[in-house]
Amino acid sequence: MARATSLLYLDGVSVSFDGFKALNELSLIIAPGEMRAIIGPNGAGKTTMMDVITGKTRPDTGEVFFNGAIDLTGEDEASIAELGIGRKFQKPTVFESHTVWDNLELALKAPRGPFSTLFHVIAQSEKKRIDHLLDLIRLGSKRHELAANLSHGQKQWLEIGMLLAQDPKLLLVDEPAAGMTDAETAETAELLKDIAKDHSVVVVEHDMVFVRSLDVKVTVLHEGSVLAEGSLDHVSADERVVEVYLGR
Amino acid sequence: MMSSFLFRAMDAKAGIFLAILGAAIVLVPAGNLLVPETSPFHVPTYAVTLMGKYLTYALLALAVDLVWGYCGILSLGHAAFFALGGYAMGMYLMRQIGPRGVYGDPVLPDFMVFLNWEHLPWYWYGFDMFWFAALMVLLVPGALAFVFGWFAFRSRVTGVYLSIITQALTYALLLAFFRNDMGFGGNNGLTDFKDILGFDIQADTTRAGLFAASGIALVLCFLICRSITRSKLGKVLVAVRDAESRTRFLGYRVEHYKLFVWTLSAMMAGIAGALYVPQVGIINPGEFAPANSIEVVIWVAVGGRGTLVGAVLGAVLINFAKTWFTAALPDIWLFALGGLFVVVTLFLPKGIIGTLGSGWTALRQRKISARYEAGSDQPPSPAAHSPGAAANISPRAENTASSTSGAAKPQPAE
Repeated sequence: MARATSLLYLDGVSVSFDGFKALNELSLIIAPGEMRAIIGPNGAGKTTMMDVITGKTRPDTGEVFFNGAIDLTGEDEASIAELGIGRKFQKPTVFESHTVWDNLELALKAPRGPFSTLFHVIAQSEKKRIDHLLDLIRLGSKRHELAANLSHGQKQWLEIGMLLAQDPKLLLVDEPAAGMTDAETAETAELLKDIAKDHSVVVVEHDMVFVRSLDVKVTVLHEGSVLAEGSLDHVSADERVVEVYLGR
Repeated sequence: MMSSFLFRAMDAKAGIFLAILGAAIVLVPAGNLLVPETSPFHVPTYAVTLMGKYLTYALLALAVDLVWGYCGILSLGHAAFFALGGYAMGMYLMRQIGPRGVYGDPVLPDFMVFLNWEHLPWYWYGFDMFWFAALMVLLVPGALAFVFGWFAFRSRVTGVYLSIITQALTYALLLAFFRNDMGFGGNNGLTDFKDILGFDIQADTTRAGLFAASGIALVLCFLICRSITRSKLGKVLVAVRDAESRTRFLGYRVEHYKLFVWTLSAMMAGIAGALYVPQVGIINPGEFAPANSIEVVIWVAVGGRGTLVGAVLGAVLINFAKTWFTAALPDIWLFALGGLFVVVTLFLPKGIIGTLGSGWTALRQRKISARYEAGSDQPPSPAAHSPGAAANISPRAENTASSTSGAAKPQPAE
């Protein structure tokens, strides 16, 4: 697929830290509206790839384009978030000394400058949106609790809620099911599928059951580049993938 | 827009604090000027000045709390902004002396005559006018903070490294102001002030007026700080304190937020310094001493960082203790101060106000659950969180935070 029609376009991206090649000529294309699962063993470069897309790490070489035209390598975290790329971290990162409600209010799409927030008065429509999100992530009864008091799974959900509040075009979700019970994992998969109806989503995950339940195209990363791509059944039949996962 | 902004600052808690402060602003000068000296309610002039000095310290503590308690920027150099504000005021007071100086030069302050200077340096121009000096009280610390913050925050210098640079900043200014060539009186600084706005600086009425002015400045800055911390901007600041990079990934430009509060805080420190100088009657480079800035941090920690009232209370209490100790047991004071900091860090990590706040919440929760056990139908619910309260006062929050992620609690060094 050509760059112009893609939502996210990575071509030949390399990143090295002190000689270690975290990403090696990585190329990846996400189409608008697509949901993609990314798997790979530890150290395959999944998190580094997210860092490159969200502006935390600058690639040494290669191109990263969003929406076909916007060069992400020249932007910083805040402006990439403003462009419409939201990120959920591997470890749930919510604002622990704020309430669930405040966490969502902070994430809600609104002008981000200091002076607009200084004089900000919450609008009825914003309250409705937060209420809606609270229902979606099933934290309605916890709205006035401090985020620090939530369980691990609830924090994951709150962070997904915050991601949605930003109303991004592309969601990068890093290990959403980590530390969740089986029931929670299944619910999370449902939630993500729901979200994928009107957003593009990239999910990084270790849990194969979870990836299978998503039922989407899978990209396998290994040593910083793409090893295989296709349906989960297709890639798990690939000998090289099996070798990478089971050791040689 | 503006009215809702200021309206946000007020609630019962702020009301109590402002009522106490308002009463002090009226009663202390009245007790000095209106009550006869024989009465037990008479407030001696030295006490008025002393309390006025405490109020300026309280304003400085408030400025430090705004950046440290709410945004996690541990400044160990706020005395620099305080002293710069003080120097701006001192320059105005020097120009007011006019020909009454020892050498009788109508324009040049005594120390310049002593150094055989022929002309007033250009940067002393304009300081004969109060409005200009008042403007400089805000602009000089503000501009320095803006430039410093612009570079520091853009390069993402945080935590201990930033604290060390702020120490270096105030130390560099200390050394610079010690030099006679700088034109600020060198080692001796600026002193021997005669009058301010045409009033004799030694007169009881002027002293009372300066006390009241310090009180009013504290009230105004308190209201500004409170409406900031209770706004959405305040929530962003706390978010930056607790999880800076998360805030960035939400699309907030963290460096702009830091720069905003940092500059504002420096201006408040400047105002505090400008009110301090006419009351103590001297400003010299000693005010830049790194230890002074560290002391301010102790006031805030003791009172309760992240609570505005705590900063004020801490500054007044510790300085009162300092006055008493240095008179009664002068050798003990520094040990007492150091010991106090250790005790507070170990046993009252949230400071006085923070501990009172969480104790009060716990007590109320206990009452509710006791009533629930006794058969009331209101189930115990988690404590309602007021955005104006210290963001880190929930006792349960503390436990969970420390077990899951250390980043949630503001770390001592940040």
